[in-house]
Amino acid sequence: MTLPMGRPMREIFGETVAELANDDPRIYMLDGDVGTSTRADIFEKAHPDRYLQMGIAEQNMFGVAAGLATMGLIPFISTFVSFAVVRPLDQIRVLIAQTGLNVKITPGYAGLFTGQTGMSHIIVDDMSIMRAMPGMITVSPADDVEAREVLRWAAAYEGPCYVRLVRDATQRLFGDDYRFELGKAVTVREGHDVALISTGSQTPRVVDAADLLAADGIDAHVVHVPTIKPLDVAAIVAAAERTGRVITVEEHSVIGGLGGAVAEALSEHRPTKVNRIGLQDLYPQSGPNDALLEIYGLSAPRVADQVRLILRPA
Amino acid sequence: MSGSPVANADAAEVARLQEIARQIRLEVIKAVYIARAGHLGGPLSAADMLAALYFNVMRIRPDEPSWPDRDRFILSKGHSSIGLYATMALRGYFPVAELATFDAAHSRLQGHPDMTRLPGLDMSSGSLGMGISAGMGMALGARLTGRGGRTYVMLGDGECQEGEVWEAAMAAARYGLDNLVAIVDHNKLQQYGWPGDGPDGRTPPEAPGELVAKWSAFGWRVLEADGHDVADILRVLALAADGDGRPVAIVAHTVKGKGVSYMEGHYYWHTRAIKPDEYAIAMADLGEPLPAGEGEPR
Repeated sequence: MTLPMGRPMREIFGETVAELANDDPRIYMLDGDVGTSTRADIFEKAHPDRYLQMGIAEQNMFGVAAGLATMGLIPFISTFVSFAVVRPLDQIRVLIAQTGLNVKITPGYAGLFTGQTGMSHIIVDDMSIMRAMPGMITVSPADDVEAREVLRWAAAYEGPCYVRLVRDATQRLFGDDYRFELGKAVTVREGHDVALISTGSQTPRVVDAADLLAADGIDAHVVHVPTIKPLDVAAIVAAAERTGRVITVEEHSVIGGLGGAVAEALSEHRPTKVNRIGLQDLYPQSGPNDALLEIYGLSAPRVADQVRLILRPA
Repeated sequence: MSGSPVANADAAEVARLQEIARQIRLEVIKAVYIARAGHLGGPLSAADMLAALYFNVMRIRPDEPSWPDRDRFILSKGHSSIGLYATMALRGYFPVAELATFDAAHSRLQGHPDMTRLPGLDMSSGSLGMGISAGMGMALGARLTGRGGRTYVMLGDGECQEGEVWEAAMAAARYGLDNLVAIVDHNKLQQYGWPGDGPDGRTPPEAPGELVAKWSAFGWRVLEADGHDVADILRVLALAADGDGRPVAIVAHTVKGKGVSYMEGHYYWHTRAIKPDEYAIAMADLGEPLPAGEGEPR
């Protein structure tokens, strides 16, 4: 059985922030000239006077966001993950993280799905970088339902946060009654043989992989970790205790992201062997989404293959 | 809101501000001497402008530093922090005695401004080029929220080598933010400098007229001032208050290390600890000679 497709998170982004702005006049959208791509243009249609075009100048955009926040406004930022993390990183550090100002860093184009643009537009280590930054909450929603929930949470939260959103439609994991809770992991499949811990839109593919593994007699426990920081250490320890074996899976570098965070937590709190499935210290190429998932081992069948190999070495 | 913010630019007011600028410089020298660390050239070049802003021009309430309708000030050249701290202390934001904690552990007076520690600081700074962007956000936010008030951002001339400055210059002009005033402390020196045939074998950060041309080209209204002539500073700040739809850049011609004979115009006094004999000379230069044979305890 395969999880159904949901809607693209980027559409959810434009719609949800526009809806939030209906009720909260403090909400503004800052766009780095990619609103048609991130679908911040949906917000512009609803609130043209609160759509602040900042041009192709990301460092300034983040600084302006900090200044707006000091005036009691709530800026959401529209750009690509690749231009929201490393290019304005020092502005985020000094003006947003160190000040604790209420800026919502909500870029699209997380992971491999960047519209066949290639390695300049694919950033493999955004979670590693943002979670290492003191004071920066880091969230990677699984699907359209969770993305909407996380954006609602972000608007209500007083302080900076980083929410990475996916460009294209991905599989839907959650029902409409799902409620996001910051810092809480979610068990999405119960099993006893191995704990598969995932994040972002990789989690639905891991659930599908678990179904494939079940056919082989491997009963996988699947935990979704939307909040990379603060990490739900208790849930990860519980999953390790339940299965005695942990494998992380992420559409992201295996260095410093979810895999790194889980390995750190278990090393300190319940030493357990951890294998990390994800991008292996490389810069991905451009290509259709499905092709990239195959090439980099992140489709459900390829994840299942790797889990089998880890658990039952040839 | 329109019109000159300068209440009384008569001779007595000019003399008062000159004396305040002298007090700022004295406090800068004392604090850096005690801390055995800190920047000197930049705070001394900015002192007269800080006096004019905080003691005459800006609408602020030191006893209510978060007053929403205040004018804002960002020291984008954050390494001149002690100049701002001395100004704020003299203005009544915190006791002058606290300046002795500058740069010390647990001090509210961090080496570079930290808005989370010291009330009255409108923005943290220290990584160059950023203050003008934050200032643009404040000026834009003031307009969007219907608040009055102006945002002043002081930049170094060397700082204008940062690309972000020109991103902000481009964007602020597009938004027509005439409630945003950038003041460039044009002291013609940066920390190490480019090789050249100027003083100490260095050449200034910009050629003569270059800053005026650049800010003008980006659509800003550019005013020039003698950054050590309080009357001239008040004159251009009054002009800056008459908005014409363009953000305002004031290119203030200054001397790095102004007021201390051996520091003036020398790049190596950008940041440096002060030795006891140098301290005595500096205090004398600023009109407060130490009693013979006495040095300030350190």
